[in-house]
Formats: sequence, C-alpha cells, structure tokens
Amino acid sequence: MSEEPQAEWPLYEVFVRGKRGLNHVHVGSLHAADDEMAVRHARDVYTRRNEGVSIWVVRAEAITASSPDEKDPFFAPSGDKVYRHPTFYAIPDDVPHM
Amino acid sequence: MSHSTPDPNDAHGSVFDGLLGSDDSQWAFGTDFEDPLAGVDTTMPEGVAPDALATYCVMLADDALVLSHRVSEWCSNAPDLEEDIALANIALDLLGQARLLLARAAAADPTVVPALPEGSPVPPEDALAFFREAGDFRNVRLAEVDNGDFAHVVCRILLFATVRLALMERLRESRDRVLAAVAAKGVKELAYHRDYAGRWFLTLAQGTDESRRRLVAALEDLWPLYPELLATHAVEDEVATAGVGVRPADVAAEVEVVLEQVLAMSAVERPDRRALAGVRGRTGRDGLHTEALGRMLAEMQVTARAHPMGQW
Repeated sequence: MSEEPQAEWPLYEVFVRGKRGLNHVHVGSLHAADDEMAVRHARDVYTRRNEGVSIWVVRAEAITASSPDEKDPFFAPSGDKVYRHPTFYAIPDDVPHM
Repeated sequence: MSHSTPDPNDAHGSVFDGLLGSDDSQWAFGTDFEDPLAGVDTTMPEGVAPDALATYCVMLADDALVLSHRVSEWCSNAPDLEEDIALANIALDLLGQARLLLARAAAADPTVVPALPEGSPVPPEDALAFFREAGDFRNVRLAEVDNGDFAHVVCRILLFATVRLALMERLRESRDRVLAAVAAKGVKELAYHRDYAGRWFLTLAQGTDESRRRLVAALEDLWPLYPELLATHAVEDEVATAGVGVRPADVAAEVEVVLEQVLAMSAVERPDRRALAGVRGRTGRDGLHTEALGRMLAEMQVTARAHPMGQW
C-alpha cells in the first residue's frame, strides 16, 4: 500500500456463518479503513437481523478470481461427466450434512 | 414503537409477537430471536416504594430514549454508509432499552403515565415517550443537547456508554428481576457502543490534524455535562438502598479508570472544564433541561400528539 492519502477506504468482501450454517457464505462487500474496522462494519451492516455467529472479511484485492473469458475451458468439460457425482450410492442415515 | 406491547403480567408474551405473526417462512434466517424478558419473574419487588421504582425506571429510560433520538438524527448524515448503519444500530439498541424500562415504570406505578382520551389504543410506554412535557423528562442533559459533527457524537456515546455500561453491570444484581434482565441485555449492547466510540475516539485523535482538532473541541464542548452522569439523585439513592437500583457515584471510580485509559492511549488531555450548573442544584434528573430538549421533543412527539387515538 502506498503512503499517499486515499480518497476512499479499501473494499472488503464479507463472509458470514449463520446460526444453522456450517460454512461461511459470501454476503456482500463494504468499505473500511483496516481489517479490524471491516469486521465491525460487517457486524453492523450484515448481522443486524440476527443472521450470524461468525464473520470473515478479506480485502477484495486479495481475491484472485477466474475470468469470464476462461469460462468454457474451465467449466464446460465437467458438464457431461455425470459419473463424477456420487448419486449412485445410498447415503447411510448416520452421515450428516450431505 | 408499539406494535406489540410486552405485557408485564404475561410470562409467555414476547416483544416480538406482533412482528412475527404466524408465518415463519418469511424469515430467511429463522425466528429464534431472544425475548429479554422470557421466564423472568415480573412481580414487583418488596421493600421499595412503587413511585420511587417508577421514577428510577423513567430516569434510565429517558437517558436511552433521548440519546436514541439524537443518534437517530444521524441517519443518512454519517460520513459513510457503514457508520450510518452503525449509528442507527446504536440508536435502536437504546430505543429497545427505553421501551422495556418505560413499560416497567408504567407497571410499577400507573400514575406516572399521562392521561389519554378514553379508548385510546396508545400503550403506556408510548404515552410516556410521546405525551410528557420536557419538564417531566428525567434524562441527563448530555443526552439532549444538539448534535455537532461526527467527533461530537463519538465523544457523546463514549461518555454515555462508559457510565451506563458500569451502571448496568451492577444493575444485573437488582432485586427487581425485570430491571436485572433489562440490564443483562443492555450490558452486551453497551459494551459494543463503548467499543465503537472508543475506537473512533482513538482513530480521530491519532488521525489528521483536523480530525484531532475536531475531537478535542467536541470533548471540551461535552465535558461540562459529564459530571451529571455520575451524580446520585435522591431517588437513585433510595432505590439503591432498597437493593433495586445503582448509585452512579458508586461506579465513578471504575468509569474514571476506563476514560483515563482512552484519553491516555489517544494522547488527549482531560479537559479542564467545570460542570454545567443546574438551577438551584436541580438538573436533568429533576426535570430541569436545556432548551434543546423542548425543540427535540416537539419534533419527536408531534405526530403521536396529533393522533392520540392512532394505532401505529
């Protein structure tokens, strides 16, 4: 980061785990001056309706994403491989969260 | 403010009843809201005068109600969207505390509730909030003065939440189980308010020359109102003796430790300002207010007063 004053706070992506959720889910983004403030802003903006019990935040610029241009080479080849799904097995009753 | 009134005589009633209706499916994240009064013994404690208990509840309620309104005036005016919502959350927390406390005041002594036209559906907590004159409000004057800049609201919340958190921590042991339950809920909220304001206090103090100048000016401006928060009124003394309330003077030492810590970390000097005098020793707790309260109430109460038969 440069030492020059910035006109706007950096963008953060917010992930919240709900009371009944097992994993953090992306819920949106916000601006904050630093990581600690981002967690607090996330609490104020995204958990005020009793949604969450845990928050992750990450600087948006730290996320590396796949490009829309690569959509076909990335994802199309798995479109017809039905045998990769484990749907041909019966799941035992005592295996949770499947 | 009045869709569902917590009925102090109904142990099963929930403040969320009117909001939830019967259709759970509209709630994306479930309906397991917590009712702060669930399972709480609502009978009045022995050994305390009902009018003293009611007045004490009104004092605690009015602090929260009046500051809630002032903080809510920041809605759409904060420096950015995130702070806007943060301030609105704080205002709503305080409004929730005020609601429970005003309902408790009305249950303890129904004579404190202003008279309304026959058949009015306005619940007692709303009657207390919207149909009392400024002279009947018992809040400290720190809660009522006009807003300034963002540093001003940060300083105001810091002073207010630090004192109220210390009070509520002790009030959890009140012999009045409803006050104890309200305090237990309030402690969690106020801990966040104090943390929020403390962080911004430090950030503004250590930010730019301009942010520091504004912070110091706001603290100087509000400091004369701070001693009133720690003064003990005769009613507070009476309910504290009865084991129902807390004397602000008893938490002064721990409040000072917290504030000194924030000031030291932020390298801000404690202002050298005398307390704002009352009128013959009478201050906000006695119903003697600055003129800012009357103007604020005029705006806050105008709609409710125009429709005393209205259902909201």
